[in-house]
Amino acid sequence: MNIENIKKEFPIFSNKVQNNDLVYLDSANSSQKPQIVIDRIYDFYTKEFSNVGRSVHYLAVAATNFYENTRKSVQKYINAEFADEIVFTKGATEAINLVANTFGQKFLNEGDDVLLTELEHHSNYVPWHFLRKTKKININFAEINDFGEITIESIKKAITNKTKIIALTHLSNVTGAILPIKEIISLAHSKNIPVLIDGCQGAPHLNLDMQDIDCDFYAISCHKMYGPTGLGVLYAKKKWLEVLPPYQGGGGMINEVNKEGITYGELPNKYEAGTMATAQVIAFNESIKFLENIGIKNIEKHENEVIKYGEEILRKNNSVKLIGNPKSRGGVLSFNIDGIHPHDIATILDEDGVAIRAGHHCCQILHKKLNLTASARASVGVYNIKEDFEKLNESINKCKKIFDI
Amino acid sequence: MNLKELYQEIILDHGKNPRNLRKSENFNKDAKGHNPLCGDNVHIFLKLDEKKKIEDISFEGSGCAISMASASIMTELLNGKNESQTKEIINDFLEMIKNKDKLDNDNLNENEKTKLMSLSGVKQYPMRVKCATLAWHTLTSAVNDSQEDLNIEKI
Repeated sequence: MNIENIKKEFPIFSNKVQNNDLVYLDSANSSQKPQIVIDRIYDFYTKEFSNVGRSVHYLAVAATNFYENTRKSVQKYINAEFADEIVFTKGATEAINLVANTFGQKFLNEGDDVLLTELEHHSNYVPWHFLRKTKKININFAEINDFGEITIESIKKAITNKTKIIALTHLSNVTGAILPIKEIISLAHSKNIPVLIDGCQGAPHLNLDMQDIDCDFYAISCHKMYGPTGLGVLYAKKKWLEVLPPYQGGGGMINEVNKEGITYGELPNKYEAGTMATAQVIAFNESIKFLENIGIKNIEKHENEVIKYGEEILRKNNSVKLIGNPKSRGGVLSFNIDGIHPHDIATILDEDGVAIRAGHHCCQILHKKLNLTASARASVGVYNIKEDFEKLNESINKCKKIFDI
Repeated sequence: MNLKELYQEIILDHGKNPRNLRKSENFNKDAKGHNPLCGDNVHIFLKLDEKKKIEDISFEGSGCAISMASASIMTELLNGKNESQTKEIINDFLEMIKNKDKLDNDNLNENEKTKLMSLSGVKQYPMRVKCATLAWHTLTSAVNDSQEDLNIEKI
């Protein structure tokens, strides 16, 4: 695998950003897009556009086929048993909201517990918080250990006899910890508890096999997977999609509509009300092809090498403090520098073309637990190379010089 | 963009060693402000005398160098000012950060104006403007006896 050639597939790297070569270390936030994905959106709108699933004319049939082809590609990519288990949403956030809302309506009652972890992104907390208000449920949080990991023990400790669902991340967007989800799912299932995995950070970087891990729900953010914005995927076992109520009502999700009542459409239409993000879905097929062509295992290996190198460099830099030290780390390195606020770091790095994220990364629970108000975060994608972390380190040294540290 | 202009010596000094970072004894007005995007927060305390002149002004909080320096410089410059002077200085500063080259009010001497203008570098960094204005908007809340905590995102 030749990273230089792969990088050339991303047009953003051929442009200067404020007169600098771009060192993009913000892929946990959103990944850059390869030319084939950009071209697919352009081609669809210029040559092939029509709405899907409605009309019988040539373009509508072709668009419907393209749209459904992506569903099949996703099914294959994540090894889901049925294509009907793939629901397109406007993002991973909507995917989680869909589950919290419909599962909550049907299965949660006053006094029931939902188990999350301290690592969760707000998008896997706030939708459950709504149910605190409407259903008077309780939310428990499995605690992190000193390495910023969630272990099977901490899940065991937090499960109660009222736990009705567990929702947790595959890979922390702050500490970088990869969670032992297969063991957690197996433990949960032994107690008849379904599990939702927030796969925003897992899906772009790790091999996915839904039938192997056996999760009930898996939420994917397509724009973090070299795909378009405005699109997410909810994988849900058929047995759940069949019994859960619809999420949104509208065109496309119905079977028959009468003044007296309505019957709902078959899967997956039941969960895709209204005109969907058609161009994005169709272009996402190219993102899947891009990932498949390189091979996720190759990507994982490459990103691991890069992040390990980055970790080594930053550990050697005095005054840089890494957040979390997980045994199994995904492509995320969060850090603080004594005496410099993360926003000042990010502004100074930006001057050198080094793009990182600074803030709480939508994880206030975790930052409060760690007694931090904010942190700086470097995260990688397939296009990053070891030199990117050397440039990051040089810019960090510049910060230290400016702040006289 | 000019980093040197943003992180001038005086900003770094006030950022690292903020003046009046404490809670005024017997304060009679106060207000809290925060920036939910980055987590910066500030709590301003005012002790006004019977003529509404600032007898003491202080703050507590945490944040980036720009927000801490801005709060620190603000408290230095506003000590001893009366209510109308305070409001004029606040408005002048906020106008300057938005779109003016210099400060126009007559309540600060040239040295004080130079000190305050050290924050003008932030104009080139739109994402950082709210760091510089957080303390000032929060001070307005305190002066106006606002009952609600200030959320700079809503400004």
